[in-house]
Amino acid sequence: MNRINQKLQEDKKLLSIYFTAGYPNLNDTVRIIQTLEKSDVDMIEIGLPFSDPLADGPTIQASSTQALKNGMTTEVLFNQLKDIRKSVSIPLIIMGYFNPILQYGVEAFCKTCQDIGIDGLILPDLPVDVYTEQYQSTFEKYGLINILLITPQTSNERITYIDAISKSFIYMVSSASTTGVKTGFDDTQLDYFKRIANMKLKNPLIVGFGISNHETFSQATQFTKGAIIGSAFIKVIKTNTLQAIEKFVVSILNK
Amino acid sequence: MKKTYNINEKGYYGEFGGAFIPEMLYPNVEELRQNYLKIMADPSFKAEFDQLLKDYVGRPSPLYFAKRLSEKYHTKIYLKREDLNHTGAHKINNTIGQIIMAKRLGKHRIIAETGAGQHGVATATVCALMGLKCVVYMGEIDIARQAPNVARMKMLGATVIPATSGSKTLKDATNEAIRDWISNPTDTHYIIGSVVGPHPYPDMVARFQSVISEEIQKQLLEQEGISKPNYIVACVGGGSNAAGAFYHFLNDTQVHLIAVEAAGKGIHSGESAATSALGNIGIIHGSKTLLMQTKDGQITEPYSISAGLDYPGVGPMHAHLYQTNRAQFLSVTDDEAMVAGLELCKLEGIIPAIESAHALAVFNKKTFSPEDIVVLSLSGRGDKDLETYMKHFEL
Repeated sequence: MNRINQKLQEDKKLLSIYFTAGYPNLNDTVRIIQTLEKSDVDMIEIGLPFSDPLADGPTIQASSTQALKNGMTTEVLFNQLKDIRKSVSIPLIIMGYFNPILQYGVEAFCKTCQDIGIDGLILPDLPVDVYTEQYQSTFEKYGLINILLITPQTSNERITYIDAISKSFIYMVSSASTTGVKTGFDDTQLDYFKRIANMKLKNPLIVGFGISNHETFSQATQFTKGAIIGSAFIKVIKTNTLQAIEKFVVSILNK
Repeated sequence: MKKTYNINEKGYYGEFGGAFIPEMLYPNVEELRQNYLKIMADPSFKAEFDQLLKDYVGRPSPLYFAKRLSEKYHTKIYLKREDLNHTGAHKINNTIGQIIMAKRLGKHRIIAETGAGQHGVATATVCALMGLKCVVYMGEIDIARQAPNVARMKMLGATVIPATSGSKTLKDATNEAIRDWISNPTDTHYIIGSVVGPHPYPDMVARFQSVISEEIQKQLLEQEGISKPNYIVACVGGGSNAAGAFYHFLNDTQVHLIAVEAAGKGIHSGESAATSALGNIGIIHGSKTLLMQTKDGQITEPYSISAGLDYPGVGPMHAHLYQTNRAQFLSVTDDEAMVAGLELCKLEGIIPAIESAHALAVFNKKTFSPEDIVVLSLSGRGDKDLETYMKHFEL
C-alpha cells in the first residue's frame, strides 16, 4: 500500500508540512525533511519552486523566488532526494506547478519520483479533466497518487466527482484565498468544514491554507483527518535553525 | 474536413489553449465558459456593444489608403486606423465587450492586469462608463516607467496596485490579477487584455476584437471592390490586435497572414520578446501555448522597447497559426521598429505606437508586388511613446 494511504489509516489527526525546496539555502532540503520526521510530522510536501506560482501568496512566492535564485531545479531536487528513503519513512509528496514537469517530461518525472520513493503529487494547475484524459495512467504506472483540491466554491456535484477520482485524501482549501494570506477561521469556514464532512466522502479530508498555530490546527482537524501548514512554516525556516523547526512542530501539536 | 483555425469545442486551437487553472478558479472560469457565447449571441448584447463601439469608441475606424507609403514600397498599403479609437488603441474594443459581459454576469467589481498601461486605461475607462469598481494590477517597474498612464487610470477612478513579486512586470501583474480573482470568486470579473489566459478568454477576446476584420471586409469592398486583401500584417505581443485583424480571414488561405514579433535587441541577444522563435510549448497564465522559458520550465522575462509586446508568451491561436504555417512570423528589432515608426510620421503624418511600428517595419523585410493589397493593423497611436521616441532619436 502507498505510504500516504497507510498513514491515513492511523488513528490520529495528521500534520502535514509544506516547504519550498532550496529555501532558505539550496542544500537544506534533506536536513529539513529529516528534522520534520524526527519532530513527529506525519507527511511532508516538498515544494518544487516555480517562477509564477499562481495559487500562492507572498510568503511562498518569495521563498520560491529565493530558491530559484539559489539554483534549485527539478534535476537538483531529484539529486538531493536520491537517497532520502535510506533515512526517512513518512509519506513524501511533491507539490508544484505543471510547467516544470511538462518540460522535464511527465513520464520521466513520474519514473524518477518512483525511483526516489515519492508517494504523491499535488499540482494545482493541472486540471482534473486533463489529468484523467492524459496523465492518470502514467501517474498510476509509477505508483503516484494525484492529490486533488476542493474549495468553498466547489459545487457538491463536482466534489462528488473529485471524490470518485481521488485515491487518497482530498486537499480541502479552507477559503477563497491564496496560501498564507488569511489566518484563523470564521464561522463561514467552519460551516464549510462541517458541510463537507457531512457529505461522507470515501476519501479523508486534509485542510490547507490558513493554518498557522495550535488553535487553527485543532479547529481544522475537528472535522477532518488532518491539516497542512505551509507559509507559517516557511517563516520559521527563514531563520534556518533546526531547533526552531522542532519547537514549531511541538507548538502546533501542543504536546 | 476543411481545416479550421478557430477554436474547437474543447477550448483548443490544435494542441494549444485549454484551461490550466487551479481548482480555486474553476467556478469563475466555468461560469464564463458556459455563458459567454450565449450572452454574446443575445441580440440586446450585440445592440449595446455595437452602439458603444459606434458612439463611444468612434467606430468604424477608417481604412486609410496610405498613398505615400504605398509609393515608397511599390505596393498598395491600407492602414486600419485602430489608433483613432477612444483611448488610442484597439484595446477598448475588448474592454467594452467584457464590461457588458461582466454586467450581464452580475459582477460589480472589475480587475485587470496591465503592462504599459494601455489595457489598464481602457479598462478604467469602461469601468467609469458603467460605474463599476476597478482595480488594475501593474508591475512595480512598469508603474515607475509609465507614469502618465498610471495618472490616467487614477483620474478615471481606478485603484492601481503594484505587483511586487517576481520580475515586477506584466507577467507578474497578470499573476497578481489571477490571485485577486482566486480571493474574490463571486463578485469580480477579470478583464484580460489579450487573447491569452485560460479558455474561454482567448476566444472571447478574439471575438470582441474581430470587429477589426469585419470592418476591413466591408471597407475594402467599398474602396477596392474586393472583400479581401492579399496580406494582413499585425504586430503580436499576446496577440489581440492580430487576432482581431485576422479573424474573418483565418480560414481563407488566399489571404496571407503576417504576424510581427518584437526581436528587442536581436533574437539571440538575450533581450528579445520573439516568442515563436525563442519559445517552446508550455503553460503560462492558464493556457498551453508557446512561451519563453528556461529548460527547467521557469518562465523568463522578455525584453522589447515596446511595453505592449513585452510578454513571454503568445495567445494559443497564434501558437497554432505559427505551428501550422498558416501565418508567417517575422521579428523586428527595436531599431528597425523605431525607424519605421518615424518614417510613417514623415510620409503620412501619423505618429504610430511603437507596437504598431513593429508591423510597419515589415516593408523593409519583405517585398510585395505592386498589385498586392496589404492591410496593416495600426493598433495604436504614439502619444504614449513620445518619451521613447525623443530618447531614441535625440529629438
